[in-house]
Amino acid sequence: MISDPDVFGLLYLVTIVCFVVALKFLSSPRHARKGNWVGGAGMLVAIGTTLALEGISNWALMAVGIAIGTVVGVVGARTVRMTAMPQMVAIFNGVGGGAAALVALAEWHNAVDPGGDETVSIVLSALIGSISFAGSAVAFAKLQELVSGRPIVFPAQNVVDTLVLLGAAALGVTAIAGVEEQWVLYGLIGLALLFGVMFVLPIGGADMPVVISLLNAFTGLAASATGFVLDSTVLIVSGMLVGAAGTLLTLLMAKAMNRSVANVLFGAFGQLQVAGGPERADDGRTVRATTPEDVAVQLAYARKVIIVPGYGMAVAQAQHDVRQLADLLEQRGVEVKYAIHPVAGRMPGHMNVLLAEANVPYTQLFEMDEINPEFPQADVALVIGANDVTNPAARSDPSSPIYGMPILDVDKAASVVVLKRSLRPGFAGIDNELYLDPKTTMLFGDAKESVLKLIAAVKAV
Amino acid sequence: MSVPLVIELTILVLAGFLGFEVISKVPTMLHTPLMSGANFIHGIVIVGAILVLGHAEDAFTKTVGLAALVLATANVVGGWFVTDRMLGMFKRRPEPPRERSE
Repeated sequence: MISDPDVFGLLYLVTIVCFVVALKFLSSPRHARKGNWVGGAGMLVAIGTTLALEGISNWALMAVGIAIGTVVGVVGARTVRMTAMPQMVAIFNGVGGGAAALVALAEWHNAVDPGGDETVSIVLSALIGSISFAGSAVAFAKLQELVSGRPIVFPAQNVVDTLVLLGAAALGVTAIAGVEEQWVLYGLIGLALLFGVMFVLPIGGADMPVVISLLNAFTGLAASATGFVLDSTVLIVSGMLVGAAGTLLTLLMAKAMNRSVANVLFGAFGQLQVAGGPERADDGRTVRATTPEDVAVQLAYARKVIIVPGYGMAVAQAQHDVRQLADLLEQRGVEVKYAIHPVAGRMPGHMNVLLAEANVPYTQLFEMDEINPEFPQADVALVIGANDVTNPAARSDPSSPIYGMPILDVDKAASVVVLKRSLRPGFAGIDNELYLDPKTTMLFGDAKESVLKLIAAVKAV
Repeated sequence: MSVPLVIELTILVLAGFLGFEVISKVPTMLHTPLMSGANFIHGIVIVGAILVLGHAEDAFTKTVGLAALVLATANVVGGWFVTDRMLGMFKRRPEPPRERSE
């Protein structure tokens, strides 16, 4: 039983230190896992301390809640496929935000002194937590393809969104002004949930990395606001650390697409694009198809091959086969590197995790800025299931929706081989100029099957 | 145990700067684990859920507190395990260790 504020204050400080150390350890893949253990220890200290506080009861319910949450968490974390990481993160953002909103609701219900500081914090915690919960649910549904990944828009959307948010804010002000009717907070939560849904619906699938990062920041801030409600520094600090992480990632992602965050959120990107690709450009250039045998010869006699993996590779579960192909080429003395675009995959850093899962050593993974100067020296750029991040239109065609987005300079390699299922445009719904380039050849088919054929063909060379 | 609001705000702002400082050192390669690690850290809202449920007297508060605790626990446990699982995959060289053939 802990009743001395200094004692539990110090224990919570231990937690804060552990969290900061955990984040510091993430600066290198070598120590990162240890850092996670430190963070875990910090969390256990916080949970243990809180349970030991004077006046805590309802032990049976406490045990039930922790047991259910633990089972759900462990099973989810153990079974999730690495390709589904973005959905997983979206769910965790959502449940964290939901928990913050519920804590605010309970505090409002039992508030002894409505109005004032505490109510401001309750309102913020309920508002941000609910937006994060509903927004994450929609983001999850989009990523899981339960609803269309394309932007869902309706007329005067931004106006309606703003009105809903203003409505929620008005209720918040009512609560802060001292109206202690229960419905005020119910209404606020309802409108905030509605806003969360409407704010994510019009955002296209290609922009999900930005949205997940932003919702991550929201959830952190909701936790921080809860800290103000409960006068808990550990919540304030931890929530803010997450808020900073989410904000930083949001800005980095937006920068990688060369767009402002506002444009991502309110621009309803890509909605005017037509599906279906060009077999032939207006000036008579055509797409050239090739065979696994030809590609195998190109690869086997190359000095340097840069592999450009995209989400298509992950969908086909071809990572392991790609790594096998790379190993085979390395045994022949070919230098193999992987070029990772910051928005490859569906969330920041996603592609690195997918390749790490396939046992690709992280020393072979290169960021865009590191690898771009090397493309001119590469004999072959092997593009596997990546599309928009290789589109030269981003550099040259001001009318393209992705104009200005930093891309991998694949077209500067001596030759380009693209493994692709069909000429369908990518996630952003934009045609790719690269496929019409005379030095590009296309190997059509499922990524996994194509790579397996390449492995067999390279062995036969 | 009330802390003055100004002090809490000071702590908030300083934590923001600290967060930016520490997190800007995280390489792009580890951004997915960073995000799931951040997921895990905002699971600290479990402290709030325990306080609510632990002091709950009426049925409404108990229900809300229990729901919050389930969500927060799933957040903490799931966030930690999935981060650990991912970080375990990052290796310098695949096992068994071998030299680059050149």
